[in-house]
Amino acid sequence: MSSSRPTPPSSSAITPVRSIDWRASITGGLLIFLALVVALFLDTSWDAVSTFRISRPRDVWAVGNLTVPSQWFNTIAAIALAFLGTRLFLRGGGRWTALAMGTGLVILAMAFLVWATADKAISLTGMLHATLVRAVPIALAALAGILCERVAVINIGIEGMLLAGAFAGAMFGSLMGGWAGIICAMLTGGMFGLLLAILVISYRVDQIIAGVVINLFVLGLTSYVSSQLFTEYRWLNNASPFRAFKIPVLSDIPLIGPVLFNQNLFVYGALMLVCLSTYYLFYTRMGLRARAVGEHPRAADTLGIDVIKTRYAHVIVAGMIAGFGGAWFTLGSVGRFDDNMTFGRGFIGLAAMIFGRWHPLGALAAALIFGFADSLQQKLSILNTPIPSEFLSMAPYIATIVVVAGLVGQARPPAAIGKPYVKE
Amino acid sequence: MSQTEHKSDTTRDAVRALMAPPIDRDGAWRELFMVPLAAVMLALLFGALIMMATSVSPATILQSFIAMARGSVGSLHAISETLTATIPLVLAGLGIGLAFRAGLFNIGAEGQMVVGGLAAAVASFSLTGLPSIIHLPLVLMVGLAVGALYAAIAGFLRATTGAHEVISTIMLNLISFRLLDYFLRQPFIQKEGRSDPISKAVLESAELPRLLSFFDGNLRLHAGLFIMLAAVLLVYWLLYRSKLGFAFRISGENPQAARYAGIRSGLTIILAMAIAGALAGLAGATQITGVLGRASPGFSAGIGFDAIAVALLGRSHPVGILLAGLLFGALEAGGRQMQVDAGVSIDLISIIQALIIIFVAAPLLVKRILPPLFRTKSVNEDAS
Amino acid sequence: MKIELQGISKRFGLVLANQEIDLAIQPGEVLGLLGENGAGKSTLMNILSGLYQPDTGEILIDGKPVQFAGPGDSIASGIGMVHQHFMLVPVFSVVENVILGVEPTGKGDFLDLDTAREQVQQINARYGMDVPSDTLIEDLPVGIQQRVEILKVLFRSADVLILDEPTAVLTPQEVESFFAIVRALRDAGKAIVFITHKLHEIMEIADRVSVLRQGRIVGHGTPSEFSEGDLAEMMVGRPVSFSVGRTAATPGQTVLELDGVTMIEGGQDVRLSDISLNVRAGEIVGIAGVQGNGQTELVEAITGLTGLNGGSVRFLNNEITSSSVRARHAMGIAHIPEDRQRSGMVASFSVAENMVLNSYYDDPVARGVQIDWQQVHDQAAEACLKYDVRTPSVFLGAGSLSGGNQQKMVVARELERDVRLVVASQPTRGVDVGSIEYIHSQLVACRDRGNAVLIVSSELDEILDLSDRIYVMYGGRVIAEFDNHRAEDGSGGADRNQIGLAMAGIGTDDSPSDATLMGASA
Repeated sequence: MSSSRPTPPSSSAITPVRSIDWRASITGGLLIFLALVVALFLDTSWDAVSTFRISRPRDVWAVGNLTVPSQWFNTIAAIALAFLGTRLFLRGGGRWTALAMGTGLVILAMAFLVWATADKAISLTGMLHATLVRAVPIALAALAGILCERVAVINIGIEGMLLAGAFAGAMFGSLMGGWAGIICAMLTGGMFGLLLAILVISYRVDQIIAGVVINLFVLGLTSYVSSQLFTEYRWLNNASPFRAFKIPVLSDIPLIGPVLFNQNLFVYGALMLVCLSTYYLFYTRMGLRARAVGEHPRAADTLGIDVIKTRYAHVIVAGMIAGFGGAWFTLGSVGRFDDNMTFGRGFIGLAAMIFGRWHPLGALAAALIFGFADSLQQKLSILNTPIPSEFLSMAPYIATIVVVAGLVGQARPPAAIGKPYVKE
Repeated sequence: MSQTEHKSDTTRDAVRALMAPPIDRDGAWRELFMVPLAAVMLALLFGALIMMATSVSPATILQSFIAMARGSVGSLHAISETLTATIPLVLAGLGIGLAFRAGLFNIGAEGQMVVGGLAAAVASFSLTGLPSIIHLPLVLMVGLAVGALYAAIAGFLRATTGAHEVISTIMLNLISFRLLDYFLRQPFIQKEGRSDPISKAVLESAELPRLLSFFDGNLRLHAGLFIMLAAVLLVYWLLYRSKLGFAFRISGENPQAARYAGIRSGLTIILAMAIAGALAGLAGATQITGVLGRASPGFSAGIGFDAIAVALLGRSHPVGILLAGLLFGALEAGGRQMQVDAGVSIDLISIIQALIIIFVAAPLLVKRILPPLFRTKSVNEDAS
Repeated sequence: MKIELQGISKRFGLVLANQEIDLAIQPGEVLGLLGENGAGKSTLMNILSGLYQPDTGEILIDGKPVQFAGPGDSIASGIGMVHQHFMLVPVFSVVENVILGVEPTGKGDFLDLDTAREQVQQINARYGMDVPSDTLIEDLPVGIQQRVEILKVLFRSADVLILDEPTAVLTPQEVESFFAIVRALRDAGKAIVFITHKLHEIMEIADRVSVLRQGRIVGHGTPSEFSEGDLAEMMVGRPVSFSVGRTAATPGQTVLELDGVTMIEGGQDVRLSDISLNVRAGEIVGIAGVQGNGQTELVEAITGLTGLNGGSVRFLNNEITSSSVRARHAMGIAHIPEDRQRSGMVASFSVAENMVLNSYYDDPVARGVQIDWQQVHDQAAEACLKYDVRTPSVFLGAGSLSGGNQQKMVVARELERDVRLVVASQPTRGVDVGSIEYIHSQLVACRDRGNAVLIVSSELDEILDLSDRIYVMYGGRVIAEFDNHRAEDGSGGADRNQIGLAMAGIGTDDSPSDATLMGASA
């Protein structure tokens, strides 16, 4: 107010004693390490060129190939990674950690791709197409996670709900056709959502235990039924998957067309659900109430909002979305169910949810990064890289750990998360 | 002031009264045993219902349950099989239970078993010329240490960055499976002349001795039984008698109070995870050196996940975990018999196990389904 | 609108929270509801706001019986409640909070925030409340947050306002402007129930008063009929002395000395800024201030729970700036934490285990790496007797003790050993009058044994009663220091009004450059 008020302590007086920002140090250190990896291991000869095909010969509007000088590209990538890492290491995280990490992961993936395609050619369109496809179950899992956590219910059971959806999709899809399969998958997912809701909302079971149990239960149940029934009655596990359908005109746009507008039902559905839930959560009355329930359930209750009903509804709908995401594994690809075929996608979805700061659009962006890592592994095996396939298939899991470690606590989850609501 | 120097009789009496053991007013003991018991019964019942739903005939269902009983306790061989299955379940379950007490949910026992078992396998065939008395303990220690280190990764991430151990241990599980696949193809591990991923055989000097081989060479029960019993005692002592265990329990019940009491939360988390991983790693090592004799893909067989159920059913108490482990060992051994005799898939056992956890974790649900078991005098119900 | 309660009873387990309560609330008047913690005030008001349903009895509105199945019904009947712990979503804006539950919407359930904003501004203007509509709640000071609560109630066009302990978080000056709003509401014809345990507030604002004790109405009338002493006796059930039996302090050597202590969270958020203060042996020093002005951080800095970004802490002439919690504990610093449930105890542990919560690792209960439980139980039993902790057994879970006994358990644990400095944070929050008196006497006794005592409390009365010296904290700084030396008859001492101004961050004089402002000398 006036000059007589004490001035803020000068910066020289501030000597940090024991407040190490571990998160920033670790992520920063990791990015620097990755820069070294890119610089030392992903090197090619200086005149190597990576070719990315964009159009196929028969496309309406053909566009030329994209060629990148491999070594130049990766040198720049290494420098960029090192810069991001050093910045994070020295300056601490703050609000930009998520962005820095996301950028870092994208750069790493691109460098990897350029290195693997050095003196070879790969279809960029195909790559991005696969990325979007692979992002679908992760994005839907993340969306299910968001709907639950926004009303303060932790849903570790998404993995199980995906698996249940995959199973129901295959079985009922074989019996009654694809659409019935999807509906049954959603109903099955919703049923497990209901089970989770009963356990954690009405019986106040620890939310993490309940989620883990649902995973184990679904794993046991699907394995049991598939070994009891599918081995004997093969036709029960042989649905015809949904094919991609072109949206006229739009799908002829180079690059964007085939990637966005020549996909199957699951991709369109996931994109629509993401938009819809963004609108719902942040622009509607019910969304406002749902968020209030997640942040301060008691306040919501005093205003006449039914906390229990709201939570039930969201967890069930989340289960249905996860069930839809699960059907992707069967009806969206080969039409056949295999034991434990979701391979941790549900958990990766939870990481995407955190990465995307509990916002559907953010989660979609995160899911795309994971989807890219996922499709990379698939495409790289074609390119014959010297890296063992086991390590490539670890990439999404390691990325998940990195994301969770780097971002938890940076982004703020809904305040009441994990706590059952007890009225009296 | 004078009272402290010369305690009057009334004070002494008052002190004695305060030290009297608490009376069990609301039937807590009853609940402690009734809930798990009812949970097991309900789970078996639901198991039967699920069999019916998948068009298994009632006769076969009956046959299944008989086979389960026969295969778990019906003969010396059955008992040997039950105990053999119990050993890794209890070891890994103790780790999960201990982590639970410290407020951590270690879902990574499976992965810790994998890496611990793999490391033990490597040590068991690559260290040659050692006498059994040195080789075997060394191999077990290697499994224990590697399991501990692997779990400590999740502990470290939780302690330093707040990354939830549930997600990181699940990811570490998935990573461990890929690591196993990779290493089993490496020339120094892969069995000579084989193209499929399988490790060399454990040397005789590193095998856990079979306990009943003098009786019948097919009885698989091995000396891991004693390791398991020792671990039960050790974990009990650690949790309820030692300073470290008290610190674990404070951290688990109320992290804020732990901070207030000057307990370094980061160190406690890492230690608790490491001990949990050590026990899981040990489970993997005993499995390799006592039962399997070599490492192969999927050798952990989901034991690390079943151990979660064991820890929950045993209420994270070492003795409870021992009892729960025996039950699950029996289910496992019985389930195998069931598959042979009645042709019902052993996957049914995992459904029953999951149901047991659901019911144990939701005592209110059990009470609603089976009210007669829990009906006490109405006065007591009011008080609780 | 007139509201009557007839024969309301409510039981929780074995506790009769409300017993046969009759009450009438008239429009255009302020009804004071007086009672100490746990007397059943909040239960009664939660019944009125539809959160609880009474076991017996009736609620009548304008003579007609009504039943509330939930808060929605109560709100629809025109009853609005301002809770003691604000029912506001911190990450929502003011408008979002105000409209929650009665949102104006457009097509497709679309939130019509523009209309809402307009309506909020109208009410705002009518009662002169001056609340910004788009700021997030977490960015507003508590005084303004409370106005948001009132806005919320008015937005639902309530005729009856229930205010539960509304002044607990306000400075004396904020209380004045708050009272002005209450009077404006009353004059606009609203009926107001003002719940409090502070006698002088009843005297100042209430038109009628009802006193609640152990779930029953034990007296009612107009405030002018009673003296403060009468009301206090009715509230507690026995004569109470207001002043703590406290002789003049004889301060000795400096025990605790803070110099330029600075704490910055996450590299940007300044929690403590350049704090210098001292506490001497044989005196009680009070830290006054509205909650959330750095008191919690100050205590953490002294006890070693959080590291500093600058400055030093000295204890008995030893530098302890970077000593661990345990090292400080061993040197003789006792810490009564501000929230016993949250950090002072483990509810599921036994009383005995709680008694060694922060000393289990040391003599005399530790034996090498083990704990000697026999010794723990012996010690706990004796401490329970000595400090009047009423429990049937030391094996009983601490969570089943009453709030007062839990707090006495914490006090026993901290004072039982050889200490030189006691840091007591909110030592009597949420406990009954008997326990308050007991804990206060223990703290004074501790001082009289020649120890240094530092008390942090948001209850200004507690600070004024106990302290020999008072520092006032505002915005992470110590901005004023007052001598609170009182004469034998209790007169003299620090000026309540000046402390209040300092608590609001305003200088003790018209000019902020007054010499008593601590910062000015820095």
